[in-house]
Amino acid sequence: MAQAAAVAKPPAPPRRRRASATPRRLPYLLIAPAALLMLGFIAYPVLSVFYYSLQNYNPTKPWRNGFAGLDNFTRLFAHDPQFRDTLTFSAKWVVVEVGLQLLFGLALALIVNQTFVGRALGRALVFSPWAVSGVLTSAIWVLLYNSQTGITRYLADAGIGSYGTSWLSDPSTVFPAAVVADLWRGVPFFAILILADLQSVSKDLYEAAEVDGASRLKQFRHITLPHLKDAIVLSTLLRAVWEFNNVDLLYTLTGGGPAGETTTLPLYIANTSVDAHNFGYASALTTVAFVILLFCSIVYLRLSKFGGDSK
Amino acid sequence: MITEIAPAPRKAAAEPVGTRTGRRSWDEVPRWQIYVPLTVYLLFTLVPFYWILLFALRPAGSTSLVPWPMTFEHFEKVWTERSFGTYFTNSVYVGLATLVLTTVVALAGGYALARFDFRLKRGFMLALLCSQFVPGALLLVPLFQIFAKLSMINSLGSVVIAETVFQLPLSMILISGFIRNVPYSLEEAAWVDGCNRLTAFRIVVLPLLRPGLVAVGSFAFVHAWNHFLFALMFLSDQGKQTIPVGLDTLMSADSVDLGALAAGGIIAALPVVIVFAFIQKWLITGFSAGAVKG
Repeated sequence: MAQAAAVAKPPAPPRRRRASATPRRLPYLLIAPAALLMLGFIAYPVLSVFYYSLQNYNPTKPWRNGFAGLDNFTRLFAHDPQFRDTLTFSAKWVVVEVGLQLLFGLALALIVNQTFVGRALGRALVFSPWAVSGVLTSAIWVLLYNSQTGITRYLADAGIGSYGTSWLSDPSTVFPAAVVADLWRGVPFFAILILADLQSVSKDLYEAAEVDGASRLKQFRHITLPHLKDAIVLSTLLRAVWEFNNVDLLYTLTGGGPAGETTTLPLYIANTSVDAHNFGYASALTTVAFVILLFCSIVYLRLSKFGGDSK
Repeated sequence: MITEIAPAPRKAAAEPVGTRTGRRSWDEVPRWQIYVPLTVYLLFTLVPFYWILLFALRPAGSTSLVPWPMTFEHFEKVWTERSFGTYFTNSVYVGLATLVLTTVVALAGGYALARFDFRLKRGFMLALLCSQFVPGALLLVPLFQIFAKLSMINSLGSVVIAETVFQLPLSMILISGFIRNVPYSLEEAAWVDGCNRLTAFRIVVLPLLRPGLVAVGSFAFVHAWNHFLFALMFLSDQGKQTIPVGLDTLMSADSVDLGALAAGGIIAALPVVIVFAFIQKWLITGFSAGAVKG
């Protein structure tokens, strides 16, 4: 991320034209509200999570509270199969979701970037689920997947599948069912960002390539894709972090079930702290989740050589 | 409605001309390669919307595939009996307060980042980027404790602050990008004409920031409107809750009232869909101007 900050620096730092117009304290005054809010409501909570991860802390069992050393972490790595299961599921969820969202989002952006009749309407409709919340997405797909009146019933009427199937309560179908529901809302995010970036590809490049007789596929591979690379890297990373952390959809759609089949690590953490009141252990889980996220992000940025090309 | 408010970005006017003269006709993308995949995808997008409309508008127990005879009983029921009227007011309050707070705070910070070099700048930028990795969902417990200490549990203010804080970093980065796109010399010229920094900013920079501010502000509103977890955790009074929490309550009932759920969903979606329809073109210009350089 430090790299990104360096890249983002403006080429020419603003000059101090008049001493009176730029008192030295002004920038600090300007960032103070933001800085204070973030210190109080992000930095402090993060530090307290680190602190509690070394404690036994359970408001319902105050007699056991106190310093725990690394006990929480030992338990986590050595004696908690649920940690491993939920982490594996989180990884699977993130990879499948982000991969498919990128694929469809890219295709969609390329299509609606063409000139065709009805383009404005097409764009507006295609992007519309983006604004829909996780909870509302769940509500919509609960209606669709409902065994009595859902789409399966009408499919069964038409002779496809059988009556009474509920995709959300069958362990063998719940994963694809949840993936599709989240795709519905997630694809427009990529489509919009990629479409925005497509606006800045120079038309001359394509014209030159055409003169040289390059096929459209070749133009895509050698002009469009390299141009989009940084945007793709950054948006997949942000989306992966977001998909990892976001609990709205799965919490309301499946509640982590059936039988824990769709419990992600954050969902497990929320359950541990909210239902079981085991704040100390939940904090240890959170700390590990942070470290994993940070590590994966750094590796991803390094491997993708983000910001490395001069374009 | 949508055709008129979502015109294609800037280049649309120039493009058809360029396409006709610049490209040979055989080289155009065949129309079916556009319309076939687009139609398939549109089906995937629109059927779920139709489905929820259908459930909201047809009488309970009906299995008809068209919402006829049409009824508004579900809306009446959900608005009064399920207190969606109250939730709606609360959500509007949270959304607007978050919008204002985020925009003002991010504007100040973004200006500092765009226009000054100061000692803590790099560190601050790094903190902004790192905060993107901090999941709000994992900070529920410490946040709950903080708000309890401030006696803000069960007050909408706690949700507004929490939403704002997590919205701030990205908003600030975006806004500083927008400000950087406004030449500093414009401001300097205004100073020469006798404006002080604030006036110069107000009359020279602010009008040019409009697309950016619309993008950032609407983002903040929509996020706060949609977000579920903070409201669920910090607001226990039924009279204080927001629409997403109301939807979750409907869904987790033992026997889900599908009609009420669908009507509640439409109420939840309407403001957001309208906001997005209006600001879509600003979003695309806003992002292509700011995000890339962010």
